Amino acid sequence: MAEITYLEAIREGLHEEMERDATVVLLGEDIGEYGGAFKVTQGLHARFGEDRVIETPISEIAIVGVAAGMSHMGMRPVCEMQFIDFMSNAYSILTNYVATSRYRTAGLPVPLVVRGPSGGGVRGGPFHSQNAEAGYLHTPGLKIVTPATVYDAKGLIKAAIRDDDPVLYLEHKYLYRRLKDELPTDREVLTPLGKARLAQAGTDVSIVTYSAMVYKALEAAAILEREDGLSVEVLDLRSLQPLDDEAILTTTKKTNRVLVAHEDTRTGGVGAEIVARINELAFEWLDAPIRRVCAHDVPLPFAPTLEDFVLPQTADLVSACRWLAAY
Amino acid sequence: MARIDVVMPQMGESIAEGTLSRWLKAVGDQVKRDEPMFEISTDKVDAEIPAPSAGVLAEILVQEGETVEVQTVVARLETDTAAAATSPATSPPTSAPSQSALAPSQPPDLAEPPPVPQPQATAPAPTDHPEVASGPTSAEGVSPPPVQATYTEADRRVGAEETFEERLTRKSTPLVRRMVAEHDLRLGDIPGTGLAGRVTKKDVLDYLELGVPRTAAAAPASPEAHTPPSRVSGPLVDPWPGDRVEPWSRIRKLTADHMVMSRRVSAHVNSVIEVDYSRVASLRAAKKSEYGERGVNLTFLAFIAKAVADALPRHAVLNAAVSGESTIYRREVNLGVAVALDWGLIVPVIRHADGLSLLGMARAINDLAERARGKRLSPDEVQKGTFTITNPGVFGTFVGLPILNQPQSAILAVGAIEKRPSVVQGPDGVDALAIRTKGMLALSFDHRIVDGADADRFLAELRVMLQEFPESAT
Repeated sequence: MAEITYLEAIREGLHEEMERDATVVLLGEDIGEYGGAFKVTQGLHARFGEDRVIETPISEIAIVGVAAGMSHMGMRPVCEMQFIDFMSNAYSILTNYVATSRYRTAGLPVPLVVRGPSGGGVRGGPFHSQNAEAGYLHTPGLKIVTPATVYDAKGLIKAAIRDDDPVLYLEHKYLYRRLKDELPTDREVLTPLGKARLAQAGTDVSIVTYSAMVYKALEAAAILEREDGLSVEVLDLRSLQPLDDEAILTTTKKTNRVLVAHEDTRTGGVGAEIVARINELAFEWLDAPIRRVCAHDVPLPFAPTLEDFVLPQTADLVSACRWLAAY
Repeated sequence: MARIDVVMPQMGESIAEGTLSRWLKAVGDQVKRDEPMFEISTDKVDAEIPAPSAGVLAEILVQEGETVEVQTVVARLETDTAAAATSPATSPPTSAPSQSALAPSQPPDLAEPPPVPQPQATAPAPTDHPEVASGPTSAEGVSPPPVQATYTEADRRVGAEETFEERLTRKSTPLVRRMVAEHDLRLGDIPGTGLAGRVTKKDVLDYLELGVPRTAAAAPASPEAHTPPSRVSGPLVDPWPGDRVEPWSRIRKLTADHMVMSRRVSAHVNSVIEVDYSRVASLRAAKKSEYGERGVNLTFLAFIAKAVADALPRHAVLNAAVSGESTIYRREVNLGVAVALDWGLIVPVIRHADGLSLLGMARAINDLAERARGKRLSPDEVQKGTFTITNPGVFGTFVGLPILNQPQSAILAVGAIEKRPSVVQGPDGVDALAIRTKGMLALSFDHRIVDGADADRFLAELRVMLQEFPESAT
């Protein structure tokens, strides 16, 4: 079986679920014949028709609202946000309606998925580079996943569609075509929600991270091993809601020095939640303060030099790990 | 007689007034507690308002159709029971109120209106459960006055008593504190190599593995130097067929690191002096059996150690340490005596050596050496040395030029003591060749703080003390 890209893995996942379950439908802007702005849904309209690959007007509220209604009626919609930045248009319906539906209605589920390209590093500016997770982490009732590998891109979209709760599937646009891998053909590719993945084992410092940042963390780990003789462990969270507390604690207790890193901005980011939990659950295992490496708290600039400055880079991870190791 | 006020309630946060639309009771009517008394009409909602207590409607102050601000008294109830009051709206569910003795026929009741709960005027106490609001949450929705909470000068001083480095050194981190507690250690005993010289997890593990701590603590890093001590490495070496490769033991590794570090840190200089031990030898011979009866082996080393301990207080810079750009002159004289073990080198310390007699010194040396060889030293006993004596002469070495035992500023090596030919002046002033018991004393010192003259003066005094050792001191 040949290598496929991260983007193709998402497409494969959608395709397989649509074959497997006739209630799975797609909604989004330009996802039909055009195949979507990034071509994620290319070919699906031809295969499944316009009843299951539904093109919508430019209205994220409508996309999510209609999907919520469809899910009440027994369908499993997958909404595409052309850029995840636009999901905030549907913030009210997601947080007030979708997230609370099970609770308010004594059990009526909303098994929908909202997916879209997140993240920066592509010179897209502030409206095409956001990481949306923090705003929704705070709302009880929404699950959030952030695949970092080709395997998890497919495994998590399938798992998200099968999950009976609303799931935000935040794929990273930088990884779309840059990441390639060969996936197993002898078994179904499925990744459980709520479980982290050990990207690399180590003993001196832990980097707890997710999405595209995993690769910068692995780069940093290689540099630190080579230059400082440090053994760095990298934990790919994969799921942000629910967080894999057990994995986070295991790595904390193992190395006693933790760096939490994400591409999203610092204040109120998911990293802050992780730091708080480690403090609550593993204070007595800390041999250094928990550090964070995140984007600066500013809107993302257009200028490439400024974008690179604002976003966290491998060098930032390296120096933070060095600080931790020397503490 | 007890009259309670009945007020226009606040039906919502943004509602400021209400209209009394209809009285359901007339003056003189009995009302039961919670029985509807009047109807109101507000912007958002119309409602029946219940009586806050049982009693008789005594006065009506607001007529039907009148619009008044919330909290305005609209009527008064006469209650004749005087039961204890509780505050129903803000406190957790209370037990049944006590029954009044005056009106046994009436059901047990509240006599007084629920007091309007006042918020605390000071900042909430640390014991407050964080989820419980500190302000009132009554049905009447009284808005609390603003809570004043400011930090006083006294508050600010509490946190500023020690610097970050001091705190880090004193308390280290949660993990280290836990490990120290679990193993029943004392943080102060463990040498630290972390930031600001704090004890790290690795330092604790090293300490535990050795049984005794390393022979020397690494010099505390300055606050700016956040990097761990770098290890200079030599060329890569391959074993040849037939070679035996032995990975270093912990003690070997620590010794190796210390030796290299010491040479790199200090400006090593050596001064050597020859001492005539003939007098000491005869004193020793005379007193050996007497000491032996007291269980003490009297050695040359004991005499030398005694002379050193007595002389050091007069040569303070040789009983000192370098700290950054300062010299620390130690008040204590704690003599380290190097002991060669089968598996490495260790330096047990004789604390307060300046207070010991020759007997005490000999006894201490015997005891420490024996326990060092038997691995029965306590962590205390290899700590806090201020000067070290080493004795390569016991193996026959003529002169030793040792490496400083950091962070001390000097170390004395005792060369072999043996009979040697020597020029002496006879009583007639004529030089003659004699056989004398002699040996070399070699001092290595840190020329950053010890100048040549300091070293030479010390050695000169040692020589005089040994060559003229008083019998009374034996």
